[in-house]
This record gives sequence, C-alpha cells and structure tokens, in this order.
Amino acid sequence: MLTYTIRRLILAIPTLLFISFIIFLIVKLSPSDPTAGLPLTIPPEVREQIRESLGVNDPVLVQYFKWLKLMVWDEPLHLVEDWTGWQIAPDGPRIISYQTRSPVMDLIVQRMPQTLWVVGTSYIVGILIALPLGIISAYRQYSVFDQVGTFISMVGFSVPTFFTGVLFIVIFAVHLGWFPSVYDTTHEVTDWDSFVVQVKQIIMPVMVLGLYNASQISRYMRASMLDNLNQDYVRTARAKGLGERVVVLVHVLRNSMIPVITVIALNIPAVFGGAIITEQVFKVNGIGQLLIIAIQGGDVPVVQTVSVIFAVLIVLFNLIADVLYGVLDPRIRYD
Amino acid sequence: MFDTSNAKKLVEVRDLKMHFPIRSGLLRRVTGAVKAVDGVSFDIFEGETLGLVGESGCGKSTCGRAVLRLYEPTGGSIKLDGEEIAHAPFDKLRRLRPKMQMVFQDPQASLNPRMTVAGIIGEPLSEHSDMTAQARLDRIYELMDAVGLNRDFANRYPHEFSGGQRQRIGIARALALNPKFIVCDEPIAALDVSIQAQVVNLLEDLQGKLGLTYLFISHDLSMVRHIADRVAVMYLGKVAELAPRDGLYDEPLHPYTQALLSAVPEPDPTLHDEANRIILQGDVPSPANPPEGCNFCTRCPKVMDICRRIDPEFREVKPGRFVACHLYAEDTNQTAANAAEPIGA
Repeated sequence: MLTYTIRRLILAIPTLLFISFIIFLIVKLSPSDPTAGLPLTIPPEVREQIRESLGVNDPVLVQYFKWLKLMVWDEPLHLVEDWTGWQIAPDGPRIISYQTRSPVMDLIVQRMPQTLWVVGTSYIVGILIALPLGIISAYRQYSVFDQVGTFISMVGFSVPTFFTGVLFIVIFAVHLGWFPSVYDTTHEVTDWDSFVVQVKQIIMPVMVLGLYNASQISRYMRASMLDNLNQDYVRTARAKGLGERVVVLVHVLRNSMIPVITVIALNIPAVFGGAIITEQVFKVNGIGQLLIIAIQGGDVPVVQTVSVIFAVLIVLFNLIADVLYGVLDPRIRYD
Repeated sequence: MFDTSNAKKLVEVRDLKMHFPIRSGLLRRVTGAVKAVDGVSFDIFEGETLGLVGESGCGKSTCGRAVLRLYEPTGGSIKLDGEEIAHAPFDKLRRLRPKMQMVFQDPQASLNPRMTVAGIIGEPLSEHSDMTAQARLDRIYELMDAVGLNRDFANRYPHEFSGGQRQRIGIARALALNPKFIVCDEPIAALDVSIQAQVVNLLEDLQGKLGLTYLFISHDLSMVRHIADRVAVMYLGKVAELAPRDGLYDEPLHPYTQALLSAVPEPDPTLHDEANRIILQGDVPSPANPPEGCNFCTRCPKVMDICRRIDPEFREVKPGRFVACHLYAEDTNQTAANAAEPIGA
C-alpha cells in the first residue's frame, strides 16, 4: 500500500505539471487585458508601461517558468512562514493579483476559512441527511418513504443551486423574513445572541448546498445498499440468527459504504473550491467568489493560482479515494 | 440403511406453501403468484439425511430456505423438535436459529467479503453465547480443525480461498452453534468434481461424529444416492415421491421419478445403448400458472383423464413410500402395479 501510494504521488507530478501548463496557457492566451478594468482616462502609453511592469509582454514560456517557480517553491514557503513564523521565505517577487496588488496566496488564505466553514458544513449536513435517507430508502424499497425520498433527491439533483438559492431567498428572506439573505463574514460569535445570528445566516447557504449534496450521495447510498441487500451473505447473516439491525447496519452497510466513501472523498475538492455560484448568491466572500471576481476583472494570476490549487486537490483526493478503496475492501490489494 | 421405524421426528413440514407475488401494471397491483412451493409435506427423522432432488426451478432451494424461515412462508406449518417455526415471532425465531443452520450453494457470495474467517465463524458465537474472546477463539480453531482448515487461515478473507475451502468455511460457520438440523442447499453444485467428493465426505463424517440431521438439496442424483437415507423428488413446487433411497432408485413409482432416474448417464458403454431412457416431451409449465389437476399431467407418459381434473393426493402407498399419483390411488391399485412393472423391474 505504501509503495503504491508513493508511486502514485510520483506519477502525480507530471500530471500536475501538464495541468498547470494547460491552465496557464488557456488563461494567458484568452483575450483579456489586465488594464481593461482601469479608468479610461489613463493614456495608452501609461497602460503600456503598466503591462510592461506586470511582465505580460515576455514570451509565454518564460512567463510560464517564472510563474511555475513561484507557484511550486516561493509561494508554499510563504504559506509555511505565515503558519509557523519561521523565517524561510525568499525575498523575491510573489504572484501578485492584478486587481488588489496583494499576493494571491494572501487572498486565498483570507478567503479559505469562509469557504471551508460554509461549504464544509453543508457537505457534512448533506452526508448526515443522505446516509439515513439512502439506507431507509433501500431497506424499504418501493415504499412511500422510498418513493418520496427518490423523488426529492431527483429534484434536488436536477435543479441547480443558483435556482434553489434564489428561491430560498425569496421564500425565507423576503416573504417570511426568517433569515438574512446575505452571509456576513465579519460577524463574530462572542455570546449566545451572536451565535443565534450566525446560525440564522448560515442556515440558507448550508441547506441549499447540503440538499444538493444529499440528493447526490443518497442516490449512491441507496443503489449500493440495494446491490448488497440481495447478496447471499445477507441471507447467511440472517441464518446465523442475527438481529435485523445487525444484519443491515453491520453486514450490509459496511459493504455498501465502500463505493459511497470514495464518492464522498472524490467530492471533497469541490468543498475547497467552494460552490462558486452559491457563494455568489449568498455573498459569501470565499474562494468561489474570489474566482468569479478574478475572471470578471481579467485577474490572470488569481485565476491561474486558484485553478492550479483545485487541480492539486482533485489529484490528491483521487489518490485518497483509491487508497481508501484498498483500506476498506480486503479484496483489493495494490502491491 | 437408516431405520425410520423407531426414530424420532426432528422436522415436520406440513402443507408448506411459498408463493411470491407477481406485481404488474401502473400501480403494481398483485396480479398473480409464482407458486414456488405449493403444499409440501414431509418429515425428517433425527440423524438421517433426506435428499431433495428435482430439476432447476422446481422449488428445491425455496423449500429449503422456507423450512429455515429465511422466507416468510405463505402457509403451512414447520416444526423443529416440536416447536413451530413458520409463525414464530422474530425473537423466538432468533433463539431457535442455533438449532437449525444452512450451508449455502455459492460459497463465494454467501460469505461477507469484508469479514475474516474467524469473524465469519465466530459471529454466531458472540451473538448467541456469552463466551469470552479466548473461548470463542478456541472454538473457532476447533471448528476449523473439524472441517480441515489450517488454523493459520483464521485471519484471512474469503476471497483468498479456493471454492472447496470456502465451502468448508461455510460448513464450519453452520456448525458453530452445535445445530441439530442443517439444510445443505446444493452445497457441492459450485465445486469441481474432485472437490465435491471431499465436501460430501466431510459432511458424512461430521454427521457420524455430531449426530447431525441433513436436508440435502441437490440436482445430482448420483450424489444424493450416495449420501441420502431417504429421497424426496420435487416437481413444480410439489413433492412427487418420497421414499427410502434404495426403494426409490431400484423401483421408482411416480412416472416423473422414473423419467428423472432414466436420465442419469450410464457409465458402461455397452449398457448405455440398452438403457431405455424416458424422454419427456415439452417444457415445465410456469409455476405462476400451473396446470389444473396433477402438476405433471402436461408431460406425463402415463397420463389419464382424471389427472387433468383432480390433483392427486400425496399418500403412503407402501410402508415408508409416499407418492402423489393417480396410478396408485386405492381404486386403481391393480392398474398401478401393472403400470409400474416395466421400468421398475
């Protein structure tokens, strides 16, 4: 297992280099001008000087390798220095956002907690809803509970979150006035009242994303449970005289969780990526919103960096999902 | 040969019915039923092996599972050691489980792939007894010895074994709680011929040592002849004939049994040509829509008028020999004896 993991990690390096090159090229070669967002009163020769100072007139390959060196070496060291306080970061240039003129990594560090907090909570809520839903639906296949559950999860799966998000705002914020429509990230929880405010403002984004995740995972859970419920070993377990709870929750569930856990692991990068649209709908200033604003403003360094970080997370969690398979399923051995 | 005259009845099955509903249409209403087992009665005496034979789809396995109430039977009664199983509430059933166990057909699929051998064999022990972990492990090793598995394999997973070894795990698991009665549901069908003999001999050895009672379900007539004391022949959800082994194989009474036994290949090539096979015409009717009268009337070579109207009663025609056929009805006894003559002799 260890050799397998190490081999996969080594193989991930060329994959990620290739991905970073593609991302760099796509963003770089797109017809966007970093000075386009600046006031029109700036004369053309000044614009040209700004472009020159940003380094966008160098050959593309030169730009790529300069950026790559910053991306894989300088910026991670800065990140470590921020966390630990060790003086290890080099003094050279950093990847600077065109819009804010601050290092991209600082922006990401600032926005990551909001994303993890809101989207991460919604993911956990989604799993907590999905697992019992899938288990009961499968155990009572074709019952009313199953029919209703399957219908709701199909709706939740097919209706996009930017629609349900706005719908929730119209119903619960505008008409009923129960929850605020905007998520205030500057709010601090200090006592009970401010905690209630926090819960109120987080409910809507968490539920919108949570229901979407739940409908996806519950379908996997139900299908996987159904696969296993009809297996012969379940009959063996019943013949042993085990209680129905043990049969379903130990024998069937453990085997059914194998594919579901890998699906859950594969979707975790989406949590870091933030639900881009949903963050925008509820004005959560997380990573997703950062990416959208950067795309709109032609902020090439931010788009590149955030996209590469997503790519790294996706490759990493793919590996984790594969390793988890080997850990959970004794029939799979990687060595 | 097993003597049934002074033996005690361990299992009594009376008029067991197992119907599976057929649902169809938009609202999935019940529109019919597959009568997999339709009124089966038999006794199994303590210490004997009752063979249950029949062709594919005749309800053998369903019958075996229903006897252990792994299905909810539609009707009838099943008594194990005098205790009713068919309608027992769940808790009572759970307490009865240690007495009755099953060896399953597919040794791969019937073992939980995520449990080790020790886990599989030990689970019934932790569920139904309060052994300490050490006592349990000792018992697991004892069982592994009994079925001829190396003790070192206790921490391996089922997929690491061959088919014969897996079936041994299944047998060890079934034996864990010292059951009296074991249903062997085609335990050898999924195995190589060379392994089949080993497993059957193991089952016989264990029966001798532990005084087990088997219901041995198989489509392999020669194997049943080898292991069974009495044999029941099933056709389309009903028992056609039930008789002591030698009687049944030497002189089959029911026309279906005659046809079935004539299909056993004759290994001697000189005799092979003379073997007069009875070849049945047509297909087995659907168990969802069995024929009126006798189930076998559509294919029976000796079919009479009465067979198409009245379902023959399953009755004892000679001591220990039960058959469901109008040929042996009391008023036609004479013709029956004549009819059975050519093949029985």
